[in-house]
Amino acid sequence: MGVEMTSAVQATQLTAEDIARLRRESRRENWGRAWYKFSRNPLSLIGAGTIIFVVCLAIFAPWIAPYPEHVKPFTDFANASQPPSSQHWFGTDEIGRDILSRVIYGYRFSLTMGVTVLAIVVPIGVVLGLVAGYFQHRWPDTLIMRTTDIFLAVPPLILALAIASILEPNLFNAMIAVSLTWWPWYTRLVYSITTGLRNEFFVTASQVTGASTSHIIFREILPNCVSPIFTKMSLDMGWVIIIGASLSFVGLGVQPPKPGLGTMVASGTRYLPDDWWISAFPALAIVVVVLGFNLLGDGLRDLFAAEDG
Amino acid sequence: MNLLIFIGKRIFHAIFVILGLAIVIFAVARIMPGDPVRLAVGSRAPQWVVDNMREQMHLNDPIPVQFGYWLRDAAQGDFGISLVTRRNVAEDVREFFPATLELALFALTISLTGALLLGTIAARHKDKWIDNIIRIFSYLGIVTPSFVFAIIFILIFAFALDWLPAIGRLSNGVEPPPRVTGFYTIDSLLIGDLATFWDAIRHLILPALALAMASMAQEARITRSSMADNLTKDYIASARALGVSEGLIMRRFLLKPSLIPTVSIVGMDFAAGLGNAFLVELIFNWPGLSRYGMNAMLSKDLNAISAVILSFGIVFVLVNLLVDILVARLDPRISLSAGGGS
Amino acid sequence: MLDGINMVVYPGEKVGLVGETGCGKTTTMKTALNVLPMPPGQIESGQIHFKGQDLLAMNGREISRIRGREVTMIFQDPMAALNPVFTVEEQFSPVIKHAANARLSKKEVRARAIAALEEVALADPERLLKAYPTQLSGGMRQRVCIGMALATTPQLLIADEPGTALDVTIQAQVLRLIHDLVEDLNTSIILITHSLGVVRETVDRVYVMYAGSVVEMAPTPKLFANPLHPYTQGLMESVPRLSGGGVSQGIPGRIPDYMDPPAGCRFHTRCPHVMDICSRQKPPVFRIDGEDGEVDGVHEVTCFLYDGEHGAAATTGEVTT
Repeated sequence: MGVEMTSAVQATQLTAEDIARLRRESRRENWGRAWYKFSRNPLSLIGAGTIIFVVCLAIFAPWIAPYPEHVKPFTDFANASQPPSSQHWFGTDEIGRDILSRVIYGYRFSLTMGVTVLAIVVPIGVVLGLVAGYFQHRWPDTLIMRTTDIFLAVPPLILALAIASILEPNLFNAMIAVSLTWWPWYTRLVYSITTGLRNEFFVTASQVTGASTSHIIFREILPNCVSPIFTKMSLDMGWVIIIGASLSFVGLGVQPPKPGLGTMVASGTRYLPDDWWISAFPALAIVVVVLGFNLLGDGLRDLFAAEDG
Repeated sequence: MNLLIFIGKRIFHAIFVILGLAIVIFAVARIMPGDPVRLAVGSRAPQWVVDNMREQMHLNDPIPVQFGYWLRDAAQGDFGISLVTRRNVAEDVREFFPATLELALFALTISLTGALLLGTIAARHKDKWIDNIIRIFSYLGIVTPSFVFAIIFILIFAFALDWLPAIGRLSNGVEPPPRVTGFYTIDSLLIGDLATFWDAIRHLILPALALAMASMAQEARITRSSMADNLTKDYIASARALGVSEGLIMRRFLLKPSLIPTVSIVGMDFAAGLGNAFLVELIFNWPGLSRYGMNAMLSKDLNAISAVILSFGIVFVLVNLLVDILVARLDPRISLSAGGGS
Repeated sequence: MLDGINMVVYPGEKVGLVGETGCGKTTTMKTALNVLPMPPGQIESGQIHFKGQDLLAMNGREISRIRGREVTMIFQDPMAALNPVFTVEEQFSPVIKHAANARLSKKEVRARAIAALEEVALADPERLLKAYPTQLSGGMRQRVCIGMALATTPQLLIADEPGTALDVTIQAQVLRLIHDLVEDLNTSIILITHSLGVVRETVDRVYVMYAGSVVEMAPTPKLFANPLHPYTQGLMESVPRLSGGGVSQGIPGRIPDYMDPPAGCRFHTRCPHVMDICSRQKPPVFRIDGEDGEVDGVHEVTCFLYDGEHGAAATTGEVTT
């Protein structure tokens, strides 16, 4: 089979450059088609738009936020607990800080948390899943998958709370705590795909031709895991942000006076229901960004499902 | 027969996971920075007290021996003394756990009932306006943190409308029923005290609803998509062509296969609910194990944290075991392939 | 979308519905029984007459008196047609109860199910009843499906490519089985298939379908002796023959999606005899041969090639038996 294919390629006089060009073109075509399908789904577009908007807010916070100085230690009791107005769109909190500015900066913490946790968790989880799946029924499989079973035996939020509480409470440790609870999900996901693929023809073919194990795992199997991983990452950004906000809400995440969204909701609860805006807008901000990632994730899932089908 | 083999395997797996969890908890508790004895007796206690205590807690033995002692004690339900309440941790767990379980189970009931109802309606009216409304509701349920729901519900139903109580398990002045299960609803029914039962239910509704929203939304979505998918299956068309009545098709031949994906995620949703209970119990001042655990965490009470984590781990593993068995009962393909993956 | 389908089946007659995969044969028959999933399915207009009653105008109760008692259908893929999470017995019992239209004891239902399974030559029916579909081989599943359909003793049986999901030898057995059983009951049958060979051997009369429309109808011998529609001719040529002829040509081009068919005659994009009018106007039905009411003489074709040549008027009708 391999020999025939080579001779066919020679017969039509395709050079390596031609092949690379064809590959590039077909890849461009695939992306184009994917974008077309994606753009036909209004919900995915809303999701993507929301995320781009929030990311811009977070990146350009110092220029966008109307009162960036309210994020640092700051008090202005004359303007404390003002309801939403044209000066303070989201009102001011109990010590006179502009809530809109703090929400915009709060997105920095939420997104940092999400991105950092996924940056730690995805490579670790994926590599472990690939290794365990490729060596199914052998000791790496047993060792890795039984470990994930144990980590998955505690509800993730409880584990994250426990770890965060044992460490010093701050954003960095909260990220470590959530990462420790999150990697097994990626291991499981990739494991199930890998075990399904390892007996496929293209894998056995590479084994027969003497490809190295790492080549097979990373060049043959991994590309097939990419779309479910991306889908999961988009959905997980939302979950991680919720977990981060939950940690902050109980005081185990972002520490005041830093403007964590969860921290702000928690501190505002004391002034409910009269000064509702202190809690309501940070809470709304969480809902908006999580919704954006969920809409995007669902759009990606539909997209990849349609491609496979 | 196959089902028994399957259940046996799952039980074995559950035991293994609980043991593994015990090892991890022990390891984390020992790796902790700081001397557990110093933490326990305080910084001003004389050295001989510390030395005595070290001996008592077997801290001078090699680590595996220490683990042996710890596991033996844990198996007997002995997690030592809470550093904060100065009470036996095991007693605390026994006292507070039923309140959390009652809340979580009530929330589970709400979420499953609501999800099946909403999912079925959405599937039967796919792409109509009611389906779209349910879809929007599902999205909001999934993306809103439970602590936000808790606050919203308190504001609306307790403060603004004054329909339901927001704090605790019973109203002031209502005596808890004599303890049998620890569930106030069941215990009050056992002695025929309907007033207390009703009071307990009213206190359950808001926190349970706050916990149930996320799972309900998730499960409704899954029910809708599996039902809508199964409705187009040939076996439904075939049953119709063979004259099976529409009612029987809906109740039996459509419902059972559609339940499988929903039931499969109930375990995960229950876990998420137990986690969210840590915040919700704090907000509703619900005297359960989650609030106890939350306070233990905030005061770094290691013995209590270990016991709470292990308790929740065991409950979660058992719930997963039940879910696995239930799914295997629903779906013969799983138990027939005897084993069913890890 | 399906359009221009007029089918008639007489009592005791075996009729074939032939066409390429994906041309709407199954959808037509699901529509006829009103078992098409809706949504996404939708019926804009049409009538399905069974013994003079319109099935599409019936409510649930009325149609359930006919489905599963007088008309029933065997689906193409026996794996998909059996519910994977119920045992054979759990699926069989309601069918038998419904068909009997009388109170039956549990024992009686079971006895009838066993009898039905024996009828389709399945060994050990008692154990089979307790089995789940996944535990059965493809051939066994197909037989269970046939057994269920025939246990309703229908007057009209729609068989959708029975056995094509199975290997060739079993497929032949299944066809023979249906043939024999139907012979005994004097049941009318509509056999859906893509195979002209199967048609030639089993049915009395053939409808040829292309992209959601019927293009030709004729008694089997006439159709094979004198195929009129260019599509039918193409189909016949693409059947490989044992003697002479080399490799068959096939029909150039791809079958259009019947959900989004070309305007005018749906075949004009691939037709070797295409004329101007074909892309502009939908061709009517031309009667080539036979008289009204004549059961096995009528030969009709939906193609402008036969316009005027024979001067036959277009006819309309409904799916009737």
